Amino acid sequence: MPQDTLKLPELSLIVLIGSSGAGKSTFARRLFKPTEIVSSDVCRGLVADDENDQSASGDAFELLHYLVAKRLKRGLLTVVDATNVQAESRKPLVALARQYHVLPVAIVLDVPDAVAHARNAHRPDRRHLGPHVIARHRQDLRRSLRNLREEGFRHIFHLRGVEEVDAVQGIVRDRLYNNRQEETGPFDIIGDVHGCYDELLALLGTLGYVVEDEPVVDARDLGIRVTPPPGPLPSGRGGAGRKQIGDSIKGGVSGNEASHLTSGSPSPGGEGAGGWGTRKVIFLGDLVDRGPASPQVLRLVMSMVRSGAALCVPGNHDSKLLRHLNGKKVTANHGLAETLAQLESESDSFKGQVRQFLDGLVSHYVLDGGKLVVAHAGLPAEMQGRGSGAVRAFAMYGETTGEIDEFGLPIRYEWAREYRGRAMVVFGHTPVPDAEWLNNTIDIDTGCVFGGRLTALRYPERELVSVPAARVYCEPARPLNYRAAQLAAAGTAPGGDLSAQHQQDDVLDIRDVTGKQFIETRLLRGVTVREENAVAALEVMSRFALHPKWLLYLPPTMSPTETSELPDLLEHPAEAFAYYHKLGVERVVCEEKHMGSRVVVVLGQDEAAIQRHLGLTGEGIGKCYTRTGRNFFTDKDLETAFLARLRDALTTAGFWEKFSTDWVCLDAELLPWSAKAQELVKNQYAAVAAAATAALPQVEAVLAEAAARDLDGADALLARTTARRQAAADYADTYRRYCWPVHALDDLKLAPFHLLATEGKTYFDRDHAWHMETLRSLALADPGLLRATPYRVVPLGDPAEVESATQWWTDLTAAGGEGMVVKPYDFIPQGQKTLVQPALKCRGREYLRIIYGPDYLLPGNLERLRQRNVKAKRNLALREFALGVEGLERFVAGQPLRRVHQCVFGVLALESEAVDPRL
Amino acid sequence: MLLTITTTYQPATDLGYLLHKNPARLQSLEITGGQAHVFYPEATAERCTAALLLDLDPVGLVRGRGQGDGFALEQYVNDRPYVASSFLSVALSKAFGTAMNGTCKDRPALPAQALPLAITVAVVSAPGPDWPRRLFEPLGYAVETEAYPLDPTQPAWGASPYYTLRLRHEGLRLQDVLTHLYVLLPVLDNDKHYYVDQTEAEKLLHRGGDWLPQHPERGFITRRYLRYLAAMVNPTLARLLEGTEEELPEPEVSTVDSASPREQGQANSAAETASPQAETDETTRGLAESTVQQPKLSLHDQRLQQVAHEIYQLAPKRVLDLGCGEGKLLRLLLRQPKIEFIRGMDVSHQALSRAAQRLHLDELSPRQRARIELIQGSLLYRDERLAGFDAAALVEVIEHLDENRLAALEAVVFAQARPAHVFVTTPNADYNQLFEKLNAGDFRHDDHRFEWTRAEFASWATGVAERHGYQVRLVAMGDEVEGVGAPSQMAVFESI
Repeated sequence: MPQDTLKLPELSLIVLIGSSGAGKSTFARRLFKPTEIVSSDVCRGLVADDENDQSASGDAFELLHYLVAKRLKRGLLTVVDATNVQAESRKPLVALARQYHVLPVAIVLDVPDAVAHARNAHRPDRRHLGPHVIARHRQDLRRSLRNLREEGFRHIFHLRGVEEVDAVQGIVRDRLYNNRQEETGPFDIIGDVHGCYDELLALLGTLGYVVEDEPVVDARDLGIRVTPPPGPLPSGRGGAGRKQIGDSIKGGVSGNEASHLTSGSPSPGGEGAGGWGTRKVIFLGDLVDRGPASPQVLRLVMSMVRSGAALCVPGNHDSKLLRHLNGKKVTANHGLAETLAQLESESDSFKGQVRQFLDGLVSHYVLDGGKLVVAHAGLPAEMQGRGSGAVRAFAMYGETTGEIDEFGLPIRYEWAREYRGRAMVVFGHTPVPDAEWLNNTIDIDTGCVFGGRLTALRYPERELVSVPAARVYCEPARPLNYRAAQLAAAGTAPGGDLSAQHQQDDVLDIRDVTGKQFIETRLLRGVTVREENAVAALEVMSRFALHPKWLLYLPPTMSPTETSELPDLLEHPAEAFAYYHKLGVERVVCEEKHMGSRVVVVLGQDEAAIQRHLGLTGEGIGKCYTRTGRNFFTDKDLETAFLARLRDALTTAGFWEKFSTDWVCLDAELLPWSAKAQELVKNQYAAVAAAATAALPQVEAVLAEAAARDLDGADALLARTTARRQAAADYADTYRRYCWPVHALDDLKLAPFHLLATEGKTYFDRDHAWHMETLRSLALADPGLLRATPYRVVPLGDPAEVESATQWWTDLTAAGGEGMVVKPYDFIPQGQKTLVQPALKCRGREYLRIIYGPDYLLPGNLERLRQRNVKAKRNLALREFALGVEGLERFVAGQPLRRVHQCVFGVLALESEAVDPRL
Repeated sequence: MLLTITTTYQPATDLGYLLHKNPARLQSLEITGGQAHVFYPEATAERCTAALLLDLDPVGLVRGRGQGDGFALEQYVNDRPYVASSFLSVALSKAFGTAMNGTCKDRPALPAQALPLAITVAVVSAPGPDWPRRLFEPLGYAVETEAYPLDPTQPAWGASPYYTLRLRHEGLRLQDVLTHLYVLLPVLDNDKHYYVDQTEAEKLLHRGGDWLPQHPERGFITRRYLRYLAAMVNPTLARLLEGTEEELPEPEVSTVDSASPREQGQANSAAETASPQAETDETTRGLAESTVQQPKLSLHDQRLQQVAHEIYQLAPKRVLDLGCGEGKLLRLLLRQPKIEFIRGMDVSHQALSRAAQRLHLDELSPRQRARIELIQGSLLYRDERLAGFDAAALVEVIEHLDENRLAALEAVVFAQARPAHVFVTTPNADYNQLFEKLNAGDFRHDDHRFEWTRAEFASWATGVAERHGYQVRLVAMGDEVEGVGAPSQMAVFESI
């Protein structure tokens, strides 16, 4: 009975085997997507313009292997359409499958010579092939058949004759066992138990699980039942729990990714309500050995897995026990002897169930849409969701360097150091004194059996819960805190007390910033940073910027309003209001624009806080840096005094308690302008005024003489020169307003306008009125240093309010003020189709003299200056804004520095794009 | 900008014939960047004054410059409309071209006539008050300057760089005066951004052909001209630095005294005012030999020779030049045939393109071309392209990094790249007291973040060696002086 469907693993390399004319291409086209098929004929055509040019075969197969490798690397099922009748042609394909941990599958199309020959005869391009070709293919094929399994093919389908080939109507793609992407959690992931039953019960209790005895009726009953905690976690964030629908929960949204932007409510995009299901435990393996109660642990875990309350991956100890139970001879060391002794008194039926249970364990799981991977010893990104012996071995044993340490233990290769995958990886296997994040991976084996603790990680909360070991059940060969002790003894620990992540983050990798970058952000789908811009940014970042650990955020550029058509004006609030109104923003906030230097302040309550959160030591309690990441201060004493005073102001204001934080990131303007820009003011602005003041009166004098001689045109030139002299004087008055000498701390004023972040939190979800009020209350604590920004909320539907705000701007700017910034009331307005400008500046007529030059208002000039285009600037502002928000969100979420730096670097790179700087 | 030329030659109105401009009319003509007006505020037989008024259009000046041409856009508010610059030269040749060429149709004998002349330029921009004198006195002018404060409301800011220039000459051909002004006013101004194109520069040199070779300041004059031909700054970088209150690096000039970009850094024009000869090897502060043409090797070249020699003795196959700048060391390394591959890295893309030019990479034979590769990179980022080398040179590099970033450099070079040998050179701060022009506590270069004494360098180097399994020896570079050592110092690391 011919099969009408073939069952294949969803990720496999399918090698079609058959003579010329066997119908491989037709078969492939009928059953697979066109893009899944890599054909040798097509490759030959690509390199030689002739699908039958046998002389091109070498290049063609090189190309074919290249294409196959790229597809497999990316985790795509691939069909190789070539004769593949010889072992030597299949060998490189099997090797590729192994390299990418993909299952090789052979489908043999075994069609009689006559049929193949008849088919070829119908094709003009193959008509010339003599019968000997097909005969030779068939001969090779027959010789191959018995060796396919040996060659490494895991599934072999031998389709005999045309009828069997044609009978196949469909391919069933079996999911890999490790693919549990639809399970979104929440999970409680528990590290190596090693027979510590009491601690496991205590931990489950702490996590809210109820463990009860159950009557044993059947031999298969395990006599124990575990009930997950009801509803969402007591401490949990996120929406109301949704009833579990077992495995059918689809594509829910992980709370981890439901950003702060949405106030913790489930973000849209997930199917259904997006809430979380019932909690589920994941055991990371090494259930047995060394500890006092391995059978009890097994019984409990098996019961939970059977009832669907838990998942379990195998550890190396579990695997060894399985080999023993399977009758293999194993050395009963490393605690196996204890386990075997404890199992003595158990029934054969139980042991049978244990054997069956362990045998069924899957090396690792990919969960929650690919966001979470669990494996006993961890798993590098290229092995996740793949199936091969190598994957299984890595998942259980990890990788060692081949060296042995002084305790006789293998030195482990620290794959997590180089981990750059998308998924969080939770693992155990190597006992550590504390569970620590490193590159979005975490080892939660805290050595319970060695007298440490039994630890669980709550996912997606990223919260660690642990219970102490009742006692030391086994002396470790290598002390638990060995590494820390070793580093301390050496006295030259590179990172001192820094966390593993912070140590790792000391040096970033150039690959993360150079070349064309494509950065996914939560506000914009993918921000591209061009290579030439990255080139420029690399130099600025390397030569002038602060240590990247300080750079959590760079502010976006800000676009002005569209150009006003009113006489004598380039900018007016009407255009800003119109912009937001048109985009459906109902309320805006108008903030007075301070003329100073834009700074970002990162400040800790003390140096220890900076060390804890930023991983920086000996660099003070904070930094105040410019839009290009450069230290604002060049005078160290002034910097120290400034930061200490700011810290004291926050303390006085009760800020640290109110926001339960010991660090803060502020977006602010630091005044006066001349504090930082003194040289610029002198060399650029004052110089222009000086030159004009020196030259123009002499020009006037000469023109007056010429006018006295009645030279035609002299009067007009004289009038124009007089106007220019007056314009130069007005211009000088304008820049002088923003300058005052800075001799001491008292001369500096900080006007913060965004509270960007505190520990674990950003404030992009708060409206601007909240930011203004929050920062005003801070300013009250030290009015000598801090300046509250005057602002007003303007409902755009209310003409009176709009009029009044416009008047406010007119008054502000007439008095010499720079102007105002108009922002949507909400930091990031929801419900708009596109991202709206986070802010628009509306600068005053006088102020613009220093931007557009002394003569900008003179007849003939303003008209031309109106021809400006804010589009490029706005586009840039949005991209920079998206990157800035993304970087800071990544930082507060505890992501590795490279992920934060990528965004910050991106903003700096975008800043080098060519945009009219007067905008 | 205003230029007036007054003569008391009788009849004074002959000036009108000479200039080929009618004293009774105000004439306007279009020039690059705006308009020039020629008129006579006085025109009598006793005394006649011609005025050339430049009315540059500030809006047009900015608009005319397309984006990405290297024009530093922060200068959209600038002094050009008020100051005598290359624009004036262009206007002079357009308005008074016939006079400059010494022809006069109506009075053929006049051009050869020496006239008593008074010239006023309002205003010039000059690197210092003595410069107008140094440029014009050798040509026989009596020179007066009037100075102006930068901002009268800010006395502490001092004087502005602007002067009204008054020149007198008892008897000189008008043609010569115009030529002098044509060449020397832009030299005085030295604007970096509004450069004159190649042909314009050739014209300038042509105008100076007669008198420039005898001028005592010919070196200064020539050098300043050559600036106009400098390769434009990387436009992208320029824009980036634009918002950062930072001076752009001076464009590199391919003159005999060109500074290495290692030394180039944040060279700013302020330092240049110290001495016109300051642009030698130790760049802006003028610490090296005073004569440019001296055949003796500069300090920097000596350093490079010494490093190249050390590398030669190791007979390495693969060599890294970290912070290769414009490629001076690379050139020496390429001459060592036993080196199979050289990778030069610099953080400055601009320096790399210059290096590629100077090494003529495009013209190398395929075999030679395969020996060298230039990459942009930073010593503060881990970089796998740096692994697998026998030797690495960091010549005058570390002092351009903030001291607290050296840990990153250490990790990148000594922990990750791990070349078998590493050569690190840096200035010896002990030696600084021998530089007369250097104030105590100042560094040799504006971009130096630190300069170490021999003891400080030794302590850093031994620390690095211990932490990363190298042994290190310290070498003096240059002639040693009792008590203070040599100008530079080198640490030679060898992996154990």
